[in-house]
Amino acid sequence: MTAQDTQLLEATIDELKHLFSPRAQTGETMVLNMGPQHPSTHGVLRLIVELDGEIIVNAVPDIGYLHTGIEKNMEAKTFTKALVMTDRLDYLNNMGNNLAYCLAVEKLMGVEVPERAQVIRVILAELQRIASHLVWLGTHANDLAVQSMLFYCVRDREYILNIFELIAGQRMMTSFMRPGGLWRDVPAGFEEAVRAFLDYLPARLDDYERLTKNNPIWLDRTKGIGVIDGPTALAMGLTGGSLRGSGVNWDIRKAMPYSGYEQYQFDVPLGSAGDVYDRYWVRMLELRQSLRLVDQALAKLKRLGPGPVITADRKVAPPPRAEIGVSMEALIHHFKFWTEGFPAPAGEVYVATESPRGELGVFLRGNGGPKPHRVHFRTPSFINLQSTSLMSKDHYIADVVAIVGSIDIVLGDVDR
Amino acid sequence: MSHLETTLAALQDKFGDVLEQVVEFRGETTVVIHAAANLAVLQFLKETLGYTFLADLTAYDDWPEEPRFKVIYQLRNLFGPVSLRVKCPLAGDAPQIASVTGLYPAANWPERELFDMFGLQITGHPDLRRILMPSDWQGHPLRKDYPLGYEEVQFTFNFDDIDKKKPYAKE
Repeated sequence: MTAQDTQLLEATIDELKHLFSPRAQTGETMVLNMGPQHPSTHGVLRLIVELDGEIIVNAVPDIGYLHTGIEKNMEAKTFTKALVMTDRLDYLNNMGNNLAYCLAVEKLMGVEVPERAQVIRVILAELQRIASHLVWLGTHANDLAVQSMLFYCVRDREYILNIFELIAGQRMMTSFMRPGGLWRDVPAGFEEAVRAFLDYLPARLDDYERLTKNNPIWLDRTKGIGVIDGPTALAMGLTGGSLRGSGVNWDIRKAMPYSGYEQYQFDVPLGSAGDVYDRYWVRMLELRQSLRLVDQALAKLKRLGPGPVITADRKVAPPPRAEIGVSMEALIHHFKFWTEGFPAPAGEVYVATESPRGELGVFLRGNGGPKPHRVHFRTPSFINLQSTSLMSKDHYIADVVAIVGSIDIVLGDVDR
Repeated sequence: MSHLETTLAALQDKFGDVLEQVVEFRGETTVVIHAAANLAVLQFLKETLGYTFLADLTAYDDWPEEPRFKVIYQLRNLFGPVSLRVKCPLAGDAPQIASVTGLYPAANWPERELFDMFGLQITGHPDLRRILMPSDWQGHPLRKDYPLGYEEVQFTFNFDDIDKKKPYAKE
């Protein structure tokens, strides 16, 4: 290590001094690095924890290890092409990211989405929510010593990924939703596949509840850990299951419905204690509500029958392939759409959606050109992670993994 | 009178001198105010009019126009719910704005992001450090005069050479 490197290292430590108590300077408490390659940090999260024995004095999250500059990159792409970047934000909620971005573009352009497309969007967003919650449950339980859960949950998620593969040819980075509607209609066999999954999952969820809900080890690790009360949670900007675990009835699907969520019957599960257990239990109940939503949306899709799944506005969506051969205008539209893109009016919109982790907001600004002038993702993981310090104070170091797991972060969502 | 109309009337009444513009676009309302008054306006909105939830805090860069930066506060009154966007323009030369972490603790990390990505000085912030970029990073990536890519790769032997002609915004 050269002299310059040492200087740099010391400068970084100096920079963080104000975050720790004076006791850390004298060596009375210990400052310990956790991550960024720790298996229980759900990715590349680094926590700098100050410890008094095994008790946490302060835990400071250090993020940015997965920063990919997605917001900057999107400024260089047309509105359509920028869509593929959104899949890569929160890699457990690809459909949800697509949806939030598409809703923002549609609002900016003033485009109506056909009803059939909206219903399919709801089905996919809810299936994605189930998939995301299953991964959360598996990893969270794995952190808390219920190791078999991870295998069961990932196996069940496989059913959903297979459905995505059926419709989009891709399991994760589907880019299936497009501004104006969907890439294409769902193929034959979609309804049967989803129905089979709806029949399959409830019994599995019963099993998972039996494994955790009243398990004494589980209760020891989760009850009364990482407590945050409702008003504090709101002030810290917590959303999603992490907020509802504290008993605050706030779900964007209910409060500010989008994509026709107001037409479906579902409940918003609430906790009361605001601890790790309540956040866990809220998400377990949300899984059932998502199944209910998918069931209703499937029935509605059947009622609607065939129809367009993307807007007929040729400025925002490409013409159907068959039209290109017979229509001059279609060919021009096709060419202009894929080369130049479509100009968006100068103006800005903010769209909020309920992602599995909380409020996923998109701030989108157009300036008259075919590329976004600014895209900003208000990602739930980024905002929710701020509360880690608050939640983990005065707990044992072993509880940090329970707390981080209960906030349900995805580092792709945090770092963007 | 809807809550939004009440809000706008109250703002006009109380902060008429700092209120620059009210913009309606696609059913969303944006209030443009002097950046120096951000704390007073936000405090009034939060404590008197119930905009208790800070949904989003971000900024964008209008380079080469002036005032160059716009800071955006996306506020929400959870009863209703009513959304309101507050926009504060900032000049490109030594841009600074007061921190709102005292009002909205959730603003902590987003304000660090503004410092990191746009180089805005957030005065009164408890912990103003870079958040996403490494702490020794040069420049502010989301500024419009910061290049997106196609840079020469810097090695030890040509580091200073390339650094001299790099077009990033130098502090």
